[in-house]
Amino acid sequence: MSVVTLHINDELVSARSDQKLLEVIREQGIDIPTLCHLEGVSDLGGCRLCLVEVQGSSKLLAACVTPVQEGMSVYTHSERLVRYRRMILELLLSERTHTCAVCVTNGHCELQYEAAELGVDHVRYEYLAPQLHLDASHARFTLDHNRCILCQRCVRVCDEVEGAHTLDIMGRGANGRVITGLNRPWGECVSCTSCGKCVQVCPTGALFFKGSSVGEMEKRHAFLSWILNGRERKEWQW
Amino acid sequence: MSIANKQKNPPAKVEEVRTDPRYKLVDRTLKRFHYQQDALIEVLHTAQEAFGFLDDDLMIYIARALKLPQSWVYGVATFYHFFSLEPQGEHTCVVCMGTACYVKRAAEIIATVQDEFGIAPGETTADGKLSLATARCLGSCGLAPVMVIDNQVLGKETPDTAITQLREVIATPAATAATSAATTVEPQEGPQP
Amino acid sequence: MNRPELQAMGERERERQQSYRCRLLCCASTPCLSSGATAVIEALKQFVKEQELDADVLVTATGCMGPCSRGPLVTVQTRDLEDVVYEHVTPELARDIALAHAAPEPRALERNLLAADSPFFAKQKKVVLSNSGLIDPERLECYVARGGYGALANALREMTPVEVCEAITRSGLRGRGGAGYPTGLKWDLVRKAPGTRKFVIANGDEGDPGAYMDRTLMESDPHRVLEGMAIAGYAVGAEQGYIYVRGEYPIAAKRLENAIRMAERRGLLGGRVLDSSFSFRIDIRIGAGAFVCGEETALMASVMGRRGQPSPRPPYPAQSGLWGMPTLINNVETFGNIAPIIDNGAEWYAAIGTDKSKGTKIFALAGTVATTGLIEVPMGISLREIIFDIGGGIPNGRAFKAAQTGGPSGGCIPAEHLDTPVDYDSLRRLGSIMGSGGLVVMDDTSCMPDVAKFFMEFCMDESCGKCVPCRVGTVQLHRLLEHITNGSATPRDMETLEELCVMMQETSLCGLGQSAPNPLLSTLRYFREEYQAHILERTCPAGKCTMDHVPPLEQGAELQRRSRSTTSDSEVS
Repeated sequence: MSVVTLHINDELVSARSDQKLLEVIREQGIDIPTLCHLEGVSDLGGCRLCLVEVQGSSKLLAACVTPVQEGMSVYTHSERLVRYRRMILELLLSERTHTCAVCVTNGHCELQYEAAELGVDHVRYEYLAPQLHLDASHARFTLDHNRCILCQRCVRVCDEVEGAHTLDIMGRGANGRVITGLNRPWGECVSCTSCGKCVQVCPTGALFFKGSSVGEMEKRHAFLSWILNGRERKEWQW
Repeated sequence: MSIANKQKNPPAKVEEVRTDPRYKLVDRTLKRFHYQQDALIEVLHTAQEAFGFLDDDLMIYIARALKLPQSWVYGVATFYHFFSLEPQGEHTCVVCMGTACYVKRAAEIIATVQDEFGIAPGETTADGKLSLATARCLGSCGLAPVMVIDNQVLGKETPDTAITQLREVIATPAATAATSAATTVEPQEGPQP
Repeated sequence: MNRPELQAMGERERERQQSYRCRLLCCASTPCLSSGATAVIEALKQFVKEQELDADVLVTATGCMGPCSRGPLVTVQTRDLEDVVYEHVTPELARDIALAHAAPEPRALERNLLAADSPFFAKQKKVVLSNSGLIDPERLECYVARGGYGALANALREMTPVEVCEAITRSGLRGRGGAGYPTGLKWDLVRKAPGTRKFVIANGDEGDPGAYMDRTLMESDPHRVLEGMAIAGYAVGAEQGYIYVRGEYPIAAKRLENAIRMAERRGLLGGRVLDSSFSFRIDIRIGAGAFVCGEETALMASVMGRRGQPSPRPPYPAQSGLWGMPTLINNVETFGNIAPIIDNGAEWYAAIGTDKSKGTKIFALAGTVATTGLIEVPMGISLREIIFDIGGGIPNGRAFKAAQTGGPSGGCIPAEHLDTPVDYDSLRRLGSIMGSGGLVVMDDTSCMPDVAKFFMEFCMDESCGKCVPCRVGTVQLHRLLEHITNGSATPRDMETLEELCVMMQETSLCGLGQSAPNPLLSTLRYFREEYQAHILERTCPAGKCTMDHVPPLEQGAELQRRSRSTTSDSEVS
């Protein structure tokens, strides 16, 4: 594996040539927001929060899917980028109903955290607030479409780590929804193993354990690196 | 996993749906593409043509045949405009909403049809007689505004002519999409074992 | 089949055609079929049968002749007379035409004649459409008689793949799908990419409303596309090709399928093409109604039977495309240009058009213009010539307002820029794009914010939903435009609108999202006063918008005003 050198915010850094920009940026201790990226599953490049400026490229590039290149010069926090990140969060907040005060993940929500970090204190766009249903048919989990940001983390973890592919996305555009099986109640889906990985990786309160009350639903996805290191990097020797 | 699946989904149901002759058309497409998963859209096309719409049983059948997750099949079927999960009316009226038709005021035609029959685009009348839909562009821009009634392209329409033609079509009984597909199946059944 | 056999086949067909005293060519393309061409063809065939003229008169159903709004069209080729074209042909007229031309002393009718020297034909230059309207698309022999598959035979025998790529590069051909990437460069990238298997895809997912060039080409001259793809396959080292045809085009798909079968039977496609060591198979994939599948990475997902969502580039399809293999994707029209370039040489092709945009471009001329239809013009022609000379100007004595090019990714060009030459770079400078070739003309009854709303609604419906700026941004922009066109917008909304447009252009994942604000931005650029009239004066200059709402903060004042006016009314009465 060869090593490349590149500039990040005018600092010279080195990286392995198979790394993605996001990993290298985070290794430097630079905080860059992400919502769809999840260590341990494939990358989507959909939330557009990790966009960076790369000198010589006319377009902004999503750091999570851009491979490092020798001699790259990357800027992560220009005025324009921060402004766009704020606008993207505003758009996300306007898309469905994100009322933190009554949300199970209040205080532990990644969307809420990123919005606070970027100082999004109001939304300039009209709240679309579609009235979506809530699927509580599963014995242990609940899926609330009103809190979903369509990051597809649950879909990818179900497919790539659990291997069940119970979850997918139906429809398109703003009408897209996370579905279970043939868009049937989750509780009826025979392919679901009830492993709960999707709940743990969901960045918002769209997926939560039944019985959690406001602010009680804390998520942890440390299990992903445990599985990944054991399975993919062959740490499990027994 | 396969054993558990078999127990939960008794094979009786599969046998039952297979008796419908229209499944033979689906089977033929499945065979033509050697049950390859990347042929999903082609198979859905055939299924939609044979049945008129995609219901749950049909999608489950296709998912099993191609060994794809059900949610995957459903996700693909709902991504594309062409696939309909609801039964269609006896007659269909598609009004083109391409730019050329739009500039020539196709929106007024839709509004008139909507008022007359009380259905919005994408809906079917309560008596199942008529489905109204819009299209992105039918590529007959020279004849704008264009509408299609039961696969017949009609050009240079006005709200009045549209209503007259629709009334005429509804008054005359025609084969529905599903039954017409079924009738085309029968002659082809012969060579099938 | 080998090369001499191919030439013999063409020779036989030419002789057969010349043995007829008169050939009646009737357009059987979708627009003509929907205005009654089937009955015309039937009437002609009936006439020939009745009069027992089978040996003298040949009736052929052909592809598109161009002026679609004047259909059904019939072209008559007589041995001693000039070719003539009749418009608005009815079955009765068809019999008269046949009678007049098949007579021992043939003459042309005076009625319904479309003069061959009319500007509609005179200003065009047919390269890609040179066979369209003259051959029967369902017969391979007709295509071969006009030199078809000669370029493929030539390339396989006389040229190395490197030389083919070089020829395409020298010709200056740029992608006809819209972005205008140099085709030769793309071919070379795929050729050099390491990989055991490679693929060629023809993009026939023509989703732009108002555009039907690709459909016409596939319907009228399917073998030309196949030949272009086979040459591309030889040049880049691919043995498998796919044509992705839009689901709305069943006739095109049927004719292509038929064409592939015939070409395979004669050894022009399939294993050992023209007795060489090169093999090339082509399969058809039918789209299912998703505009975003015109984007190359989304199209590949759709070919593989998945949800048609684009994926971030790099990696580009040239390195990692279908099933991770190097893949060449070109528009159908681009492939239509390949055979003429190989036949006539790169220099011949490079002499057509402008400095940076070579060759010809097919446009679908539609909207409020006297003659609508399909035209092929050399690059660099002015919009004025297209609309006023070829199209015959605006009907009903109305004034020209704007020309919309590039569909939902393009923009509106106002009257002051009518003399701009039509090429990739000039249109881009005007805030529009060449696009796939839709050209919709609007007269002064069109309201520009309303047009922008129309396109935004399109993009909103067609957004795949993968990335946030496009998924939510299109909805928000559509809402703002709705406010503007119903009278409830405030000057603040304009700021939000413009800021959101720029943000979407820069942050969206694929071309659809990046270009979705283009129609809006271009109308803002040229027709800002219309937006201001909607917002500040709450009137629609074109008289199209209802303007029956008021901004939320002014609702109190509006209610007061209304109650005052009703009380004053009642006082009067």
